[in-house]
Amino acid sequence: MAVYSSVLDLIGRTPIVDVSQLSPNPGVRILAKLEGANPGGSVKDRIALAMILAAEKDGTLRRGITIIEPSSGNTGIGLAMICRQRGYKLKIVLPQSVTVERRQVLEAYGVEIISSPGGEGSNGAVRLAQQLADEHPEWVFLYQYANNANPTAHYETTGPEILDDVPDITHFVAGLGTSGTLMGVGSYLKQNKPAVKVYAVEPPAGEQVQGLRSLHDGFVPPVFDKWGGIELLDGKRIVRPSESLTWTRRLVAEAGIFAGISSGAALAGSAKIAEQLDEGTIVFVSSDGAWKYLSTGAYSGSIDEAIEGLGNVIYF
Amino acid sequence: MSTVSVRLPTVLRPAVNGQTSVEVAGATVGEVVDGLISKYPSLESNLVDDDGHVRKFVNVYVNDEDIRFLAQLATAVADGDEVAILPAVAGG
Repeated sequence: MAVYSSVLDLIGRTPIVDVSQLSPNPGVRILAKLEGANPGGSVKDRIALAMILAAEKDGTLRRGITIIEPSSGNTGIGLAMICRQRGYKLKIVLPQSVTVERRQVLEAYGVEIISSPGGEGSNGAVRLAQQLADEHPEWVFLYQYANNANPTAHYETTGPEILDDVPDITHFVAGLGTSGTLMGVGSYLKQNKPAVKVYAVEPPAGEQVQGLRSLHDGFVPPVFDKWGGIELLDGKRIVRPSESLTWTRRLVAEAGIFAGISSGAALAGSAKIAEQLDEGTIVFVSSDGAWKYLSTGAYSGSIDEAIEGLGNVIYF
Repeated sequence: MSTVSVRLPTVLRPAVNGQTSVEVAGATVGEVVDGLISKYPSLESNLVDDDGHVRKFVNVYVNDEDIRFLAQLATAVADGDEVAILPAVAGG
């Protein structure tokens, strides 16, 4: 093993593990890309680094400057790890409805947390960050939802890693958050292996969001539109909390992968696809590990109580 | 003509007397949406734009599949299917 000069050198090149024992169809392999192996613990380390490097390159960032970003946690944690190393101050607009662990990790890295109303979900955090960035032009607003470095990071790293490791991939499944993973990896795979199908999964987050005045307050990430999301994706499906939890627990129990709840959602989506195929090889993204969700009670006890415990917690 | 259950998000429930879901008849999602609007006219401006298309920030699902990747409003529905309407929200 090499000795690395910085923790940032550990971002990317994550392992893929065969979890076909969980496939409902013996003709279809299911493989998990373990993004929890990144040093900040999630897939978002990749885009955090890419957005910082791009802003350094174009001269936006200099030592001592303040960065502001809305995040339900993982992008914030990735940025926090990098900003601490490179001398940038970081403010994260964090919905109150995230787990206490996400908040604690940000605090550990010395981030200033600005809370946005939990009832407005991530949309509320985006809106507040935009407003604060407008009021403070001296701050740098990386805005992951519209930052081209986000999908580009996946186009340049995650996509090639997957195709190198799994040349016989037929389907790719990932969660839809900023859409960066799906747009970047999806574009790379379709350009280099056009037969690959790309599927998005998402939680029914909008069902419970109380703070929306109307559906006009909805949000589609600019990255999704710019990268032609409607044409790129072959399908998009909701995975309900009960399914997400059931498949997350199976991932832990039957494959030994201590994965976060959105990983279970992606696996649930993969299993649905597997049922409809004769044969194939599905790669799904396990975005992070279970560590930051333990306080929800998701991993033990009855599923009904776990669903209750999850409540309105944002886990994508 | 099929009868399906339409599941509504919190933000739209006041328009349907607080119900979580309502039963509507129709052979396609478009017919179901029309039926829903004729029962609860205040939903119209929330769901469709002036050209009759589903609004950009509205996602409609049949049995949890987004109809934008099926046959859109022409997507067929069968008895017992569940149609869900949700606002588009951010993640990340």
